[in-house]
Amino acid sequence: MRPDDRQYLPSHEWVKLDEHTATSGITDFAVDELCSGNEGGLVYCDLPELGRVVDAGETFGEIESVKAVSDLNSPVSGEVVEVNPEIEDHLEILSDDPWDRGWLIRVKLSSDHVAKPELLDVVAYEELIAEKE
Amino acid sequence: MRHTPLHDTHARLGGRLVEFGGWHMPVQYGPILEEVKCVRERAGLFDLGHMGRVRITGPDRVRFLDAVTTNFVARIPVGAIRYSLFCTPDGYPIDDLLVYMDEECLRLVINASNIEADLSYLYEHATGYDVTIEDRTDATTMIAIQGPEAVAILAEACSTDLSEIGYYRFGRSNLCSIPDTLLSRTGYTGEDGFEIYLRAEDGESVWNALLELGRPRGLEPIGLGARDTLRLEAGMALYGHELSPEHHALEAGLAFAVSFAEEKGDWVGRDALKALGETGTRTLVGVTAAGKRPPRMGYPVLVDGIQVGEIRSGSVSPTLGTNIGTAYVEDAHAAPGTELAMDIRGKNAPLLVHPLPFYSRKRQAKTS
Repeated sequence: MRPDDRQYLPSHEWVKLDEHTATSGITDFAVDELCSGNEGGLVYCDLPELGRVVDAGETFGEIESVKAVSDLNSPVSGEVVEVNPEIEDHLEILSDDPWDRGWLIRVKLSSDHVAKPELLDVVAYEELIAEKE
Repeated sequence: MRHTPLHDTHARLGGRLVEFGGWHMPVQYGPILEEVKCVRERAGLFDLGHMGRVRITGPDRVRFLDAVTTNFVARIPVGAIRYSLFCTPDGYPIDDLLVYMDEECLRLVINASNIEADLSYLYEHATGYDVTIEDRTDATTMIAIQGPEAVAILAEACSTDLSEIGYYRFGRSNLCSIPDTLLSRTGYTGEDGFEIYLRAEDGESVWNALLELGRPRGLEPIGLGARDTLRLEAGMALYGHELSPEHHALEAGLAFAVSFAEEKGDWVGRDALKALGETGTRTLVGVTAAGKRPPRMGYPVLVDGIQVGEIRSGSVSPTLGTNIGTAYVEDAHAAPGTELAMDIRGKNAPLLVHPLPFYSRKRQAKTS
């Protein structure tokens, strides 16, 4: 079972909401799809500049493996206030621990933030994965 | 999706299966870059059951094939193989293929994704020729063994001396107790090795026997992901990338496979391709990208911010220790050492033109 303290996008990003901020990353399934569980399979991760304003569903960065480039989509709307400084030089973190150490960005939620209906809870996300596997 | 006779075997070996050209094929069994190294340093076993296999018989077979492919078929000695292409009347390729000159027939190996298009093309042009065209893809299968240890491993399973089969030639041997198995010294990796043609029902037993025989020498099953990197390092064209309905054989550097000899007679696309060769202003080049990101098909190639070409293939290259790719660029920017840039979705990264191929093994002289 994947963590139940957060929500998921069908494009395999997760978001953990606090009162005013949201922390986002990608799921183990996303990492495995990109690099098949081989941590050396990831080659690059492009994260946004601080201060950038992203809309829910908007692409905020890219992650690239030996095989392919994939968009990173923001589950929420707001301003990027922090990016994980370790990721760029240590992509293996995403294989080792996508849920905590592998977080990608922190966003200060916009004042008009409302939870988007396409965000899935863990049960719905697990069902989505089960269909693919 | 179509399955090769080895489909279930791949799943058992832990292969990651994906759709490729209408077939469910293993893209990798382990890390792709490790698989590339395994083939360069030891040996790899490949399921090529998805490649189209066509047999052409009948008294007009050579004359027919000379009229529908670019290479000079009548000049292929019995027992030899040539690379060739099918073209549309406008000179652009429908597919690339290997032509085997057998005693009683011609054998063609074509790309999985083009099997239907190629067969339609052949049938369409066969009118007036006394030939029979047979799609042998389902009745047969194909396995490749490639790498510095490949020939030694295969020799253990064979009754004949493989050193008698020269590069781009084929012969027959008892293989794993199957008599008269067709073995060709060809491949798509830049390494020495063989491609093996089998009845579909023999595929699994030969695959398993070779894997077991070869394990002590480091033989591993290799997926299509590594195969793509191996062929790119070796500078070999892939249909849909270096060759396409918009990229012809001459600009792809494949003039060796195109014959304008008068004795060959006319062939589909001949005059158009000749004209394209005379008026062309772009060239296929190799590129290296020293940054973290490999080139990818479709990235624009730039000089001073102006587009001068396009990436057609790209990969991380474990053999060269950098990122590599191919690109079509305007002739003025094609010289090795030329500094270019690629536009990765709005961000520029430097490229350097590099001679093709990126990798070439020292070919051991073996005479037949």
